[in-house]
Amino acid sequence: MHWRFHLRKGVKFDEGQDFTADDVIFSAHRVLSAGSDLKGVIPADAEIVKVDDYTVDFILKRPNPLLISQWPTWGIFSKSWSEAHGAAEATPMNARTPPYAGLHANGTGPFILVSHEPGVKTVWKKNPNWWDKPTGNVDEVVFTPIPNAATRVAALLSGEIDWMDPVPLNDQDRVNANPGTQVLAGPEIRTIFLGMDQSRDELGHSSVKGKNPFKDVRVRKAFYQAIDEDAINKKVMRGQATPSALMISPALFSRSKEFKRFPFDPEASKKLLAEAGYPDGFEVQLDCPNDRYVNDEQICQAVVGMLARVGVKVDLNAEPKSKFFASISAAGRYDSSFYLLGWTPTTLESSNVFQYIMGCRDPKTNWGGNNVGGYCNPKVDELARAALLEPDAAKRDDDFARAYEIALFDDVSYIPLHQQALAWGVARTVHVSQPPNNYYVFAWVTMD
Amino acid sequence: MIAFIVRRVFASIGVMIAVGLIAFSMFRYVGDPVNQMVGVETSVAEQAQLREELGLNDPAIVQALRFLGHAARFDFGVSYQFKEPVADLIGARMPATLELAFVASILSLVAGIPMGVYAALHRDSALSRLFQALSLIGISLPTFLTGILLITLFSVTLGWLPSFGRGEVVRLGPWWTTGFLTVSGLKSLIMPATTLALFQMTLIMRLVRAEMLEVLRADYIRFARARGLSESAIHFRHALKNTLVPVITIVGLQLGSIVAFSIITETVFAWPGMGQLFLQSIQNVDIPIMAAYLLFIALMFVIINLVVDILYVSIDPRLRASLHGMRG
Repeated sequence: MHWRFHLRKGVKFDEGQDFTADDVIFSAHRVLSAGSDLKGVIPADAEIVKVDDYTVDFILKRPNPLLISQWPTWGIFSKSWSEAHGAAEATPMNARTPPYAGLHANGTGPFILVSHEPGVKTVWKKNPNWWDKPTGNVDEVVFTPIPNAATRVAALLSGEIDWMDPVPLNDQDRVNANPGTQVLAGPEIRTIFLGMDQSRDELGHSSVKGKNPFKDVRVRKAFYQAIDEDAINKKVMRGQATPSALMISPALFSRSKEFKRFPFDPEASKKLLAEAGYPDGFEVQLDCPNDRYVNDEQICQAVVGMLARVGVKVDLNAEPKSKFFASISAAGRYDSSFYLLGWTPTTLESSNVFQYIMGCRDPKTNWGGNNVGGYCNPKVDELARAALLEPDAAKRDDDFARAYEIALFDDVSYIPLHQQALAWGVARTVHVSQPPNNYYVFAWVTMD
Repeated sequence: MIAFIVRRVFASIGVMIAVGLIAFSMFRYVGDPVNQMVGVETSVAEQAQLREELGLNDPAIVQALRFLGHAARFDFGVSYQFKEPVADLIGARMPATLELAFVASILSLVAGIPMGVYAALHRDSALSRLFQALSLIGISLPTFLTGILLITLFSVTLGWLPSFGRGEVVRLGPWWTTGFLTVSGLKSLIMPATTLALFQMTLIMRLVRAEMLEVLRADYIRFARARGLSESAIHFRHALKNTLVPVITIVGLQLGSIVAFSIITETVFAWPGMGQLFLQSIQNVDIPIMAAYLLFIALMFVIINLVVDILYVSIDPRLRASLHGMRG
């Protein structure tokens, strides 16, 4: 199978170099170079062929209809610029010299990097030679990290800044009440969910010894039905989240409407727990980040209260993300019995969710690499792998729909909670578009 | 005297090594730096390899000694997150912190000393009581709250002062950027410096008041009065001068803590100094920055203490005598 790419003619890099097939081939090899952190996105055995100056073929040993969906994370470098600055190969993470390409930029986009002080201030100016016409009218963009949320809100209210992200839920009324500012809210494609350890024979952080209650689907369903997502949305998320039945945003999956969450039903939950042999519940630790997602710790606190009502005593372990991810990740040996996590599929479609979150773990290929609970159903994997080879989008979604049905409803492998909401604060004189992947697209900004 | 200094220098080096060891034994509890560096595409094996290459699997003592060994040659490594040499990052942020600390110290002296003197001379006046009440607030209000209150009043409500950042800076030579030379730079300094100075000011005011009350009871003040000197001469030429000796000692020692405690003030006001860098580095588990910053703060305290020790010995004859005694 091969993918043929036709390049736009007349595109120039910021420093004047022409954008050609050589740059694409060079950049693809750079992605595959030894120090690269993105080696996985291009199959190592792919043959990359220059057809002419503006045509490139990627010849794959195995068909992959989703190749371009898997590619949003790598960009094109100018070959001559990279070679002139000693940046022809990706700089390894452990390098003791600063990477030139990490601190400078030479792209083909609507804005040009003017200065970059990491963690302090970054400035861009409009690219007058951009190949396309910007829909906005911004000449200069200054990006300043303001770590304290209250200061960030104050800076917006006082008119010192025009645009900020995120607005804490508590401050949204204030921002809207101020005549010059408003909150732009919209659904984000990130899904927040609860996961349960289904792989160990004994839970690491629980009162139950000698066995793992989460291996019993009745216990997982009991947890699911004990949680009142509508209440979480109303009280914790102030109605701005979108309760979710799937591990993917409805915007990214055509068949989403067919799926409904299991109803909130504490009585059914108690009954399931009793059937599974835990009429008095049990004790388990919930690991939760407290600086990663919108109101993450508060969601976990709500979950603790809801599970207490069906007799399950949950010990909340809320930590900063640096510690949280260190223990729940593969490197931390997936050390969690029960956890809250969020996931955005970077490919903007379902295969990514099955590959990283719901696939059987395989350390060699990184398949299931972020499947902390270790859920594994070969039938689900088979469907997902079949979908990955299916060029027809509708048939692909049929496979994914069946896989979701098995993984989330027959097996109750995860408890999806909601898609959280984006909350940008903007001056009323500034008109921005808010894409659900939370990208800031400067070319789309118009100021009165 | 020289033997004394040499001994103190060796003790200081011991302190620095101890700080390095303690720091590195704590870093393992901060989180996993590799997890903060890689994306989801990176396989477990690649992560493990990176961890090994960065030396994160070595015992804390080996990591600490390796870091100190490099540090002794002024090589502090490259930041995991920003990919720039740590020495450059800290160097670029240092002027912001030092200017803030300097202004805050001056502010605390200029406001704290007169308030203390006044409170001592007019113990029962309404204004003194107000000062006392204010100083209680200064000691008990947490810095971030004071900062946010100031921002709400002066930036949001009145719109007089910028709520974040350092304003426009002017570059002086290769190592220094200053906010003193622009209007926006000076305006940006007011609130962070006030916030940072508040605690020191309170301390100085209370210290001056207590010392002053003590001195005013001394015999030489009574004699001065008996000689018929004017009240202002007695208060300011005789009493205040004697009050200031301990005050200056405290201010010197506190300079170190102003720099160290500016972390919170810097975060509230997004002040691009070392404190904010340190806090970012904790969030990112950026061990080279954390280690270098802690070592820098330790070095500053060690130097200040060393200087104070040496000054004491050279000023106070009693200490010198005891040194000679030790030698003999």
